[in-house]
Amino acid sequence: MANNQLKRVDIIFSPYSVAPYEILRLTMHKEKSDVINELIESGLRGRGGAGFPTGLKWKYLAAEQDSEKYIICNADEGEPGTFKDRKLLVEVPRKVFSGMAIAAYVTGAKIGFLYLRREYRNLIPQLNKELDIFNESAKKFGLDFKISIFSGSGAYVCGEETALIESMEGKRGEPRNKPPFPIQNGYLGKPTLVNNVETFASTSMICRIGADKYKALGTDDQHGSKLFSISGDSPKEGVHELELGMKISDFVEEFGDGDTKAVQIGGVAGFCIPRKQFETSIIGEGNTTGGATMIFNSTRSMYNVLHNYLDFFAEESCGQCTPCRVGTQQLLKGIEAVKSGKKPASYLDDLIKLSKTMQITSKCGLGQSVTNSFASIIENFREEMIY
Amino acid sequence: MTTIKLKIDGHTIEVEKGTTILEAAKKINVKIPTLCHHEDLCVAGNCRVCVVEVKNRHRLEASCAVPAEEGMDILTNSAKVRNARKDIVSLLVSEHNTQCTTCYRNTNCELQDLAAEYNVDGNRFLSVLKPNLSIDKSSWSIEKDDSKCIRCQRCVRTCAELQHVNALTAANKGHEMKIATFMDLPFNEVVCTNCGQCVNRCPTGALTERRYFDQVWEAIGDPNKHVVMNTAPSVRVALGEMLGYEVGTRVTGKMVTAMRKMGVDSVLDTDFTADLTIIEEGNELLTRLKKVVKDGDKSIKLPMITSCSPGWVKFIEHMFPNHLGHLSTCKSPQQMFGALAKTYYAEKKGIDPKDIVSVAIMPCAAKKYEANRPEMNSSGYRDIDAGLTTREFGLMIKQAGLDFKNLEDTAFDSIMGESTGAGVIFGATGGVMEAALRTAYAVVTGRKVPFENLNITPVRGTDGIRAASIKIEGCLPEWNFLEGVELNVAVAHGLKNARVIMDEIAAGKSKYHFIEIMACPGGCIGGGGQPIPTNAEIRAKRTKAIYEEDMGKPIRMSHENPEITQIYEEFLGEPLGHKSHDLLHTHYQKRHRH
Repeated sequence: MANNQLKRVDIIFSPYSVAPYEILRLTMHKEKSDVINELIESGLRGRGGAGFPTGLKWKYLAAEQDSEKYIICNADEGEPGTFKDRKLLVEVPRKVFSGMAIAAYVTGAKIGFLYLRREYRNLIPQLNKELDIFNESAKKFGLDFKISIFSGSGAYVCGEETALIESMEGKRGEPRNKPPFPIQNGYLGKPTLVNNVETFASTSMICRIGADKYKALGTDDQHGSKLFSISGDSPKEGVHELELGMKISDFVEEFGDGDTKAVQIGGVAGFCIPRKQFETSIIGEGNTTGGATMIFNSTRSMYNVLHNYLDFFAEESCGQCTPCRVGTQQLLKGIEAVKSGKKPASYLDDLIKLSKTMQITSKCGLGQSVTNSFASIIENFREEMIY
Repeated sequence: MTTIKLKIDGHTIEVEKGTTILEAAKKINVKIPTLCHHEDLCVAGNCRVCVVEVKNRHRLEASCAVPAEEGMDILTNSAKVRNARKDIVSLLVSEHNTQCTTCYRNTNCELQDLAAEYNVDGNRFLSVLKPNLSIDKSSWSIEKDDSKCIRCQRCVRTCAELQHVNALTAANKGHEMKIATFMDLPFNEVVCTNCGQCVNRCPTGALTERRYFDQVWEAIGDPNKHVVMNTAPSVRVALGEMLGYEVGTRVTGKMVTAMRKMGVDSVLDTDFTADLTIIEEGNELLTRLKKVVKDGDKSIKLPMITSCSPGWVKFIEHMFPNHLGHLSTCKSPQQMFGALAKTYYAEKKGIDPKDIVSVAIMPCAAKKYEANRPEMNSSGYRDIDAGLTTREFGLMIKQAGLDFKNLEDTAFDSIMGESTGAGVIFGATGGVMEAALRTAYAVVTGRKVPFENLNITPVRGTDGIRAASIKIEGCLPEWNFLEGVELNVAVAHGLKNARVIMDEIAAGKSKYHFIEIMACPGGCIGGGGQPIPTNAEIRAKRTKAIYEEDMGKPIRMSHENPEITQIYEEFLGEPLGHKSHDLLHTHYQKRHRH
């Protein structure tokens, strides 16, 4: 088990004093395969939550033999309690666009999109200003790659990459069957790379500081630093860049209000860690890495917390597949029935079983991940569900 | 061809690359349950009932959507799989209106079958069925009951992929997700063509045809009413499926007896008016050709397109409203029958037409709508009082308590009961074309069409669009202007293919003179009113039966039908004459596109 001290890091937001898109210019002097290998070497995993190794994804896209490829930056940041991508787009959009452009350079894509969450559309004017600078720089460097902004329509499920692509194609935002994966068959049926905002920003920083320095951070499983969107009962709410691999007890020490009873890691699709596990749980090991971290103190009813999550899932499921569409409703109605005494406490166990079925049968990550928060809250706060 | 090897339930099997796990399992006779899957449609993978276990993978895979891979070791019936499937079926039941006893699809419902197979406990989960859902009965043809919908989206895919109509789509998300029309408008206000293909593919009772058999029973029981029933060609080759026969069995004689035993006053044949359609439509085509070829009349539209499929007619009215001039003005055989039942038939039999109730037994959902089109009253009455599907008719036979299999074979009544093989083949795609060519060629040249046994095989088959050319040689003197003309014809079935034909016409690039279009895949044998289920194999067997029926007929060209000769002599006068114009021809209207 890793046991790093809680350590603040300043890579992603560090000031950027060089000329516009200097990282891109310098990276374009390197061999494409070297850039990919460096990324693989760095151990960077996707920062959207699923955690797929980024370098490998790029390598696969580079290997696709198609003259038309797309790079999409997933800025459909809809996970409750997550707001890091917005901060990145407001403060360091240049790093994000650099990452996309480097991806384009090494994979041969010529068109890029920033899929922007509907609710972030107020950022469009300033992002477009930055894109003007980007497009000019790319032209100057001889890189044939243009980025434009695509505004989403407000569905949480469109953060799932294939639903995102469907939505970009003008269709209903429903996840596709996989395989084929977007890398082979994505936007308009063409090879497509979809990465999270933070992932792209991280790739450009890895190109700047080198894989070794990046890899030295974090744990064996999760390298590097990570942005955390911290909310809830914390005097230090906001976005913080931390090295991966710290104990939750250290995290709570730093960010809690002294009365922390539980921490939700990885947003509503992640796990709820109770106080008794703070000493033995490590952030970045066995739990998801989207970065949404919600802190609850003893005044909070965990029943209300769970009810809130389930309400969200029942509404934000795309409704396409049975386990997710009906399962989320059953979990919500089920805990209400137990609370009101219409169903016995043992019904909670039936519901956990159902949530496990949802995990292994749902079509996409949304339905598959409901069990994470559901089972961890029920198992750790059972009395609160009943009384 | 690249093949891969995998194991399913311990059996090693070699399959072509790209084969899904479901298809691979089928090859070794392992049946995996499905709901959203339908072999006519693209893969959806959304019901999740077909999940299987792939060794060394934590999550189960939807076998309909996941291609088999080299070395996969699959379990289709492990405890993990069974438990998951039972949960999924239980979930579907929990959002379903489970009043099966009052459901039209009771005993023919895929959800019911699965719930029984998995012995689902109705109390396992709470009911999440939305309260106060109303049934949309606005359409003459189709009823939509959201309380029975399992959101498999087969209807959505049918309407989009097979028909290019898109009257139905998935709307809303999460627990509000439903199948809806444009802006949730009533069915009768949207672009729906009433083809009923969605009904044929709905696994439950969410989409059904609007039923009229109770009114028909009432009329049969009313001594003051004279009930005249006519049955379409494709009913006789599909009805048996509802009554314990193998698919593709012809039950014409027993069907006629059954109607008589049910108390129908006169049992007649839509095939008669199919023959009549050939005479009217054939003459219309020849007249159009004459005006174009001989007179150089530019106002005449070619190609001329058949108008016997009411789903197709509504499709062109919505989608290509500026090209209605291409449609033949002939009514469909059903509507010709209705108009004549209350005029010619009434006169000959000495019955007051107001006492006649004309009932059509059709393979079709759109025929109900067609019967209710406001202009369909040229007899002075509603020409057709009720249009029933093959399914409703099968149910009526059951209700009547008839031992169908042991009924004797009898023949249709007269008049308007005699038909030829040409009338029969109207039931299959390409049949109207073949029947028209048999007669038109004979009229123009005085000889039989130059195909062995009159079987014009180039227009038969299952390809979505089929084209043929026939060179007209040795014309009779009055048709001299057609000498040497290469008559180009085409046949299309399924509205997806109709659109291809129409796009060509709209672009001015169509080379055809005459086109047959049927709304439903396979033509009427695959109609929206036919027994459920449907698939390519079932449709092929029904088609085969239709052509057998044709071969068994002593007369196989419409113009040789003695009752046809008789009706022109005694009543209509001549094809396209004044009476024909009043009773047998119609007009069309432009419609919106949503």
